[in-house]
Amino acid sequence: MRAFTTLTALVVPLDRANIDTDAIIPKQFLKSIRRVGFGPYLFDEWRYLDRGEPEMDCSNRPLNKDFVLNKPQYQGAQILLTRENFGCGSSREHAPWALEDYGFRAIIAPSFADIFFNNCFKNGILPIVLAAETVDQLFKEAVDGYRLTIDLQTQVITTPSGQNIAFKVDENRRYRLLNGLDDIALSLQHADKIKAYEAERAKRAPWLFKDA
Amino acid sequence: MAGKTLYDKLWDDHVVHTEDDGSCLIYIDRQLLHEVTSPQAFDGLRLAHRQPWRIARNLAVADHNVPTTDRDKGIADPVSRLQVETLENNCREFGITEFDMADIRQGIVHVVGPEQGATLPGMTVVCGDSHTSTHGASAALAFGIGTSEVEHALATQCLVQKKAKNMLIKVNGKTGPGVTAKDIVLAIIGQIGTAGGTGYTIEFGGDAIWSLSMEGRMTVCNMAIEAGARAGLIAVDDITIDYYQGRPYSPKGDDWNMAVRYWQNLRSDSYTGDLFDKVIEIDAAGIKPQVSWGTSPEMVVAVDANVPDPAREADPVKRQSIERALQYMGLQAGQKITDIKLDKVFIGSCTNSRIEDLRAAAAVIKGRKKAASVKQVLIVPGSGLIKQQAEAEGLDKIFIAADFEWRDPGCSMCLAMNADRLEAGEHCASTSNRNFEGRQGYGGRTHLVSPAMAAAAAIAGHFVNIAEQGA
Repeated sequence: MRAFTTLTALVVPLDRANIDTDAIIPKQFLKSIRRVGFGPYLFDEWRYLDRGEPEMDCSNRPLNKDFVLNKPQYQGAQILLTRENFGCGSSREHAPWALEDYGFRAIIAPSFADIFFNNCFKNGILPIVLAAETVDQLFKEAVDGYRLTIDLQTQVITTPSGQNIAFKVDENRRYRLLNGLDDIALSLQHADKIKAYEAERAKRAPWLFKDA
Repeated sequence: MAGKTLYDKLWDDHVVHTEDDGSCLIYIDRQLLHEVTSPQAFDGLRLAHRQPWRIARNLAVADHNVPTTDRDKGIADPVSRLQVETLENNCREFGITEFDMADIRQGIVHVVGPEQGATLPGMTVVCGDSHTSTHGASAALAFGIGTSEVEHALATQCLVQKKAKNMLIKVNGKTGPGVTAKDIVLAIIGQIGTAGGTGYTIEFGGDAIWSLSMEGRMTVCNMAIEAGARAGLIAVDDITIDYYQGRPYSPKGDDWNMAVRYWQNLRSDSYTGDLFDKVIEIDAAGIKPQVSWGTSPEMVVAVDANVPDPAREADPVKRQSIERALQYMGLQAGQKITDIKLDKVFIGSCTNSRIEDLRAAAAVIKGRKKAASVKQVLIVPGSGLIKQQAEAEGLDKIFIAADFEWRDPGCSMCLAMNADRLEAGEHCASTSNRNFEGRQGYGGRTHLVSPAMAAAAAIAGHFVNIAEQGA
C-alpha cells in the first residue's frame, strides 16, 4: 500500500450528502476481477451523459459538463470535499479503488459510512472527519484553485490563508497509513496468539473446531 | 448497573489481541465468499504466497451475477461468466467448499448461511458484502467488509477492528394488520436516518421484534446497514434454537447440547437501557405499511401518506436532497403514495426472499392476476432449497397463474448485475434494500416495500393500503 505522509493538492467540492457507493462506482463495473482501472468510471452516472459499460473507452463519451469533476478548474484535484455519510451503502472496495485510481488521496467530510471509511485506509486514502461548520467553511472557500496541505504526521490541515485545522485519526490506522504497512503481515506477527486463542476456544466451543 | 450487552459478550469472546489504541485483533468464525468481492483477495494471497489460515471456515457461493432463467445455458454475459468462473477456480485451488449454480443449495449468500447452519449463534461472521448484518438475527456478530479484509480474514482468520458503541432499538407492543418485519425496519430507518446507526452495533429488541420468526428477524438485521450500523443483533430465544436444530452445518449430539447451553446466554443482561450508549423506543402499533418514495432508504413514508414537499424542509442540504430525489423519481411533492403507478415488481433479495416472504406474497394474490399495466413481476427465491420448498407448497402455481415469473435463486434485480434490471424511468415495487439512483438499472426508480405490499401493488398496478384491506 502507498504510504500517506503529507499532501498539498487541489480541492474539488462535491456538495451532496449521503453519497452511496453505488454512485461512486456503479455495479456493472464490479464485474472486473482486477483491482485497478476503475478511475474512468468513478461517479459514472453523474459524470457522463450516456450509460457506462465495463471496459468502455471513456475518452470519447459525452461528459456532463455541470458535474463538478468535469469542470476545468478542478482538473487534477486530489482532495475531495463532500458532505455527511459519504460512502454509505454497499461494502464494495471498488469505491476507494475508483477514487484512488482517479487520483484522490484524501476525502474531507463531516462523517463517513463505517465500511467505506475502513476501506479507505487499506488503499492509501486518508478520510478526514471535520466538524460540519468547518466543512461548511471549506465549501465556501473551495473555489477555483483552492489548495490544502494535509499533514498526517501532525494531523493538521493548512488552508491557503494559513489557518491550521486539526484532525484526528486512530493511532493504529495513522501508523499503518504513514508507513504504508501491509495489514496482513502485521497481524501475522500475532500468529502465536491466534493459535493460543483457537486452542482455548476449542475447549469452550468444540463445535466450531471440528473441521475436516 | 453491572452487566453486558449481547454485543459486549460477542466482542469479548472473540478478542485475540488488543493494541494500545484500543483496536483489537478479532477472531472470525465464519467467512462467506461470493464472486464479486473475492477475486482480488485471492490474487493477493497468491502474490504474497499465503494460504488460508483455516480453509474449512470459508464457504463460497456465486449469487450476484448468476442468471435466474435458463441456467442450463450458462451465463451469457462473458464478463459475468468470467467472474463466476474465477470464484470456482479460486475455491478449487484453495480447497474451499463452494455451492455452484447447479447445486440445490446455491442461493443468495445471506440466505444460504443460516439455511445451512453455516452461520450460527455466537459466531463472528464476515463477508465482502454489506448485508452480512443479516446473520445478526441469530445473535452472531456479523458485518460486511471490503476486499482487503476478505484477504485478511482468509490469511489470518482474524480482522483488526475497533469496538463500536451499543445501541438498543426497542419496538414495543404489537404491530397492526399488514405490517411486517420489513415495515418495522423501514420505519426505523425513516426515523433515525441512514447514518443514525453509524458507529454503533444495533441490538433490536422489544416484543414486536422478539415475536418475529427467524425469517422476519433476518429481514430486520439485514437492513441495519441501511441505518448506518455495520451489525444488527437479536438475542437468542427458543425460536432461534428451534431454527438451527438439524441444519446440515449445525452441531450434533453432545456438541448440540453444549452449544445450546452457550447460546442461551446470548442476550443482553438487561433491556431497561442502562447498558446501552443509546436507546430508541418505538411503538409498534404506530407503524403502518411503508413505501419508500426517494433515493435513500430513509426517504420512506406510510402507504397512506403523501410524497413530501421540499418547501417544508428547513435544512438546505436536506431540502436539496428531497428536490433531487423527486426529480430523479419523477414524483410530485404532495402526490399520494397510492397514486404511484408501477411498471415492474421485484420480490426477492437477501432482505425478502425466504419462504415466509414467498408465502406472504402468494397469500395476497391467490386467484388474481397482475395488472395489465405492470410489465413484469419477478419472484426470485433466495436459494434452491427455498424454491423447492415453495414448489412443494404449490406457491409457484399461484405465482404463475397470476402471470408472475418464477425464477431461479440469486441477487437478481436487487442490484441488477445479471440480466434482470429496470429500464430508465420505470417504477418498481421492490422487496430489496436499496433505492439508490441506478441501483436496479440505469435510471430505474425503486420503491422499497414488504413482499405483501409488492404483491398487492402487482395486482392493483399501484400501491394500496394493505392495512385497510386486512391483508
